[in-house]
Amino acid sequence: MRLKGCDVIMEVLCEQGVNTVFGYPGGQVLNIYDSLYRYKDRIHHVLTAHEQGASHAADGYSRASGKVGVCIATSGPGATNLITGLATAKADSIPVVAITGNVPMELIGTDSFQEVDAIGLSIPVTKHSFLVKSVETLADILREAFRVAKSGRPGPVLVDIPKNVQIEEVEFENRPAVEKTEEPEPSMELLSKAVELINKSERPLIFCGGGVINGNCSEFIEPIAEKADAFVSFSMMGLSAMDCDSPRHLGMNGMHGRYAATKVFTRADVVIAAGVRFSERATGNKMKFAPGAKIIHLDIDPAEQGKNIDAFLQIAGNLKSSLKYILDNIDEKKHEAWSDEVNKFKTEEAAGAKKSECMMPWDVIRTVNKKAGPDTNIATDVGQHQMWVAQYYKFKKPRTHFTSGGLGTMGYGMGASIGASLANKKRTVLFTGDGSFGMNLNELATAVVEKLPITVVILNNKRLGMIRQWQSLFFEKRFMATVPDRKTDFVKLADAFGAKGFRAFNVDELERALDEAFSVNTPCVIECIVPEEENVLPMVPPNGSVENIILS
Amino acid sequence: MNEKFSVSILVTNQPGVMTRIASLFSQRDFNVDTFTSGKTENNKYARITITASGDSRKKDQMLKQLSKLYDVKKVELMHPENTILRELLIVKIGATGEKLREVLDASSVFRSKVVDMSPGSVCVELTGETSKIDAFLNYIKDYDILEFCRTGLIAVERGKKCLTDDVPGIKTA
Repeated sequence: MRLKGCDVIMEVLCEQGVNTVFGYPGGQVLNIYDSLYRYKDRIHHVLTAHEQGASHAADGYSRASGKVGVCIATSGPGATNLITGLATAKADSIPVVAITGNVPMELIGTDSFQEVDAIGLSIPVTKHSFLVKSVETLADILREAFRVAKSGRPGPVLVDIPKNVQIEEVEFENRPAVEKTEEPEPSMELLSKAVELINKSERPLIFCGGGVINGNCSEFIEPIAEKADAFVSFSMMGLSAMDCDSPRHLGMNGMHGRYAATKVFTRADVVIAAGVRFSERATGNKMKFAPGAKIIHLDIDPAEQGKNIDAFLQIAGNLKSSLKYILDNIDEKKHEAWSDEVNKFKTEEAAGAKKSECMMPWDVIRTVNKKAGPDTNIATDVGQHQMWVAQYYKFKKPRTHFTSGGLGTMGYGMGASIGASLANKKRTVLFTGDGSFGMNLNELATAVVEKLPITVVILNNKRLGMIRQWQSLFFEKRFMATVPDRKTDFVKLADAFGAKGFRAFNVDELERALDEAFSVNTPCVIECIVPEEENVLPMVPPNGSVENIILS
Repeated sequence: MNEKFSVSILVTNQPGVMTRIASLFSQRDFNVDTFTSGKTENNKYARITITASGDSRKKDQMLKQLSKLYDVKKVELMHPENTILRELLIVKIGATGEKLREVLDASSVFRSKVVDMSPGSVCVELTGETSKIDAFLNYIKDYDILEFCRTGLIAVERGKKCLTDDVPGIKTA
């Protein structure tokens, strides 16, 4: 059939199984929006308040569903506004396809209205980007964009489509959805060496990262831990790969990790590192990281191996195959002394737990945890609240934790919550801070229009808490620009957006607000008043090790 | 410990490929000394030769990160003992009379070629490994060098083996 370029875009999106896109219209995507009008019954377009929200929503949609998220923006400022969302997706390896309109080919390079070099801007923040110069190549480039986004180590891809390409006609034929490129299989020789190491180990530890969730192989982690009698530490991105209530789940390690989860690295003799990239937030001082351990580094991306850590065994390739081989071939072991030692770390940590009269941030998280279901999507923004969620929330299933781990994007959460809720039709709780929420709270409007069951829980300490914490610890309490003294009334704000607002000063009030919020399927905002000067602890100072850990 | 090394990169002959490679170098703080690019025997592909310096981690990362770029089809570290390395120099020297005689003598010792003679100046081209070019420039440094330009190295492996050998589809493309 003969189609206009803009309709080709719709057809390819339908081919790929896309039924939801996030975007914002503009001059150079008018034709695409005209097509969206015609394809209304097949593609649901979610109008966000800002293109950044659309890019985070596409990311959240992808994290929840495992599918490729799609966002659309116009040229110039539309494209620049997507960049933070694409960089966020790149840092956490999330497959997203971003479609931008551009000025017609004949105007490119003339500094025309709303013209920007979208391709140039996209290079460092995407896996790849394509400029579509002719309508004949449009369909195949779009298909290729989906393939690239989801193959190997996933990531965002941008497709820049000049206006004339959207208007011109071309012969089009539907094809089946593109498949992922087959992933290289890991080396059996190296895997058998890994099995040998694990069998000889007396103090085995698994270090589980986001790659396990992206690679859909979470189900292997607990059985390997059981069979090898190992404990499991997590990078923040990997936290939901295993039921947090399992006694083997030590929680997050690293700068703001749990004490036991960080301490075990100093004692482990073998570390099975799966889908982690050893970011400095997770390892602290690399010279002092896991000093007595032989590290087995399993990852789909060979470039991660030897980048931050020189592992004893570097095994690149399909992560599921690696984990399955290890599970099938290791011996069943019992390491009682090791269990005793790790359990002692856990007790030491529990002894340090702080008790307080007022509602502490972790009280808020535990209360929500109690009321939420195992399927509830838990999104966060970035800062202290994000760390407290990582420390205290008991995730039950993979793909229920939505957080900007690598890039640390404040303002990520609202868009991500919208995407997540639309992807899996589940209730979403967004934990945020008064600072982070301020960055993209405009997306509350989107959540209201879409009637999404999103409960925003603001931990309001009237501070930009994490930066204040660093100023407190490392800048002799010179609090510059971290005590904003804003007069925002979040309850009225919720009301103004058409959401329901609550304020909670204590756990009872919070419980009542949550009961009400969870009984409706529309957005609610609960402002929780928490102490102003609380620090996230434990804390391993930057480039420090567990020797320097600040516990209280 | 830092070392110098050269890398051959086979890329699709597309606009913007060099931007992506240059962007990668700046993103990851890779130190590049020379960068040359040109067509190959197959017009769908271009071949880039870079020389760079760094420790073994930087070198390993450079090879792996380059391999991840969509347009990059093959990356190969060139081993100096098994590689033909060449660079081209064109140097313009202001010289007359006795000075000109000396420059021309030196040029012939270095087997370089005079490509232009104008009143008061002479242009000489020289190809060879970097060390030869450096030696020539060192010899003439006290003369009146008006300008010079170097291409950076290109590299080809000795023997029958080619960069394109195990790249799928390329021989038929």
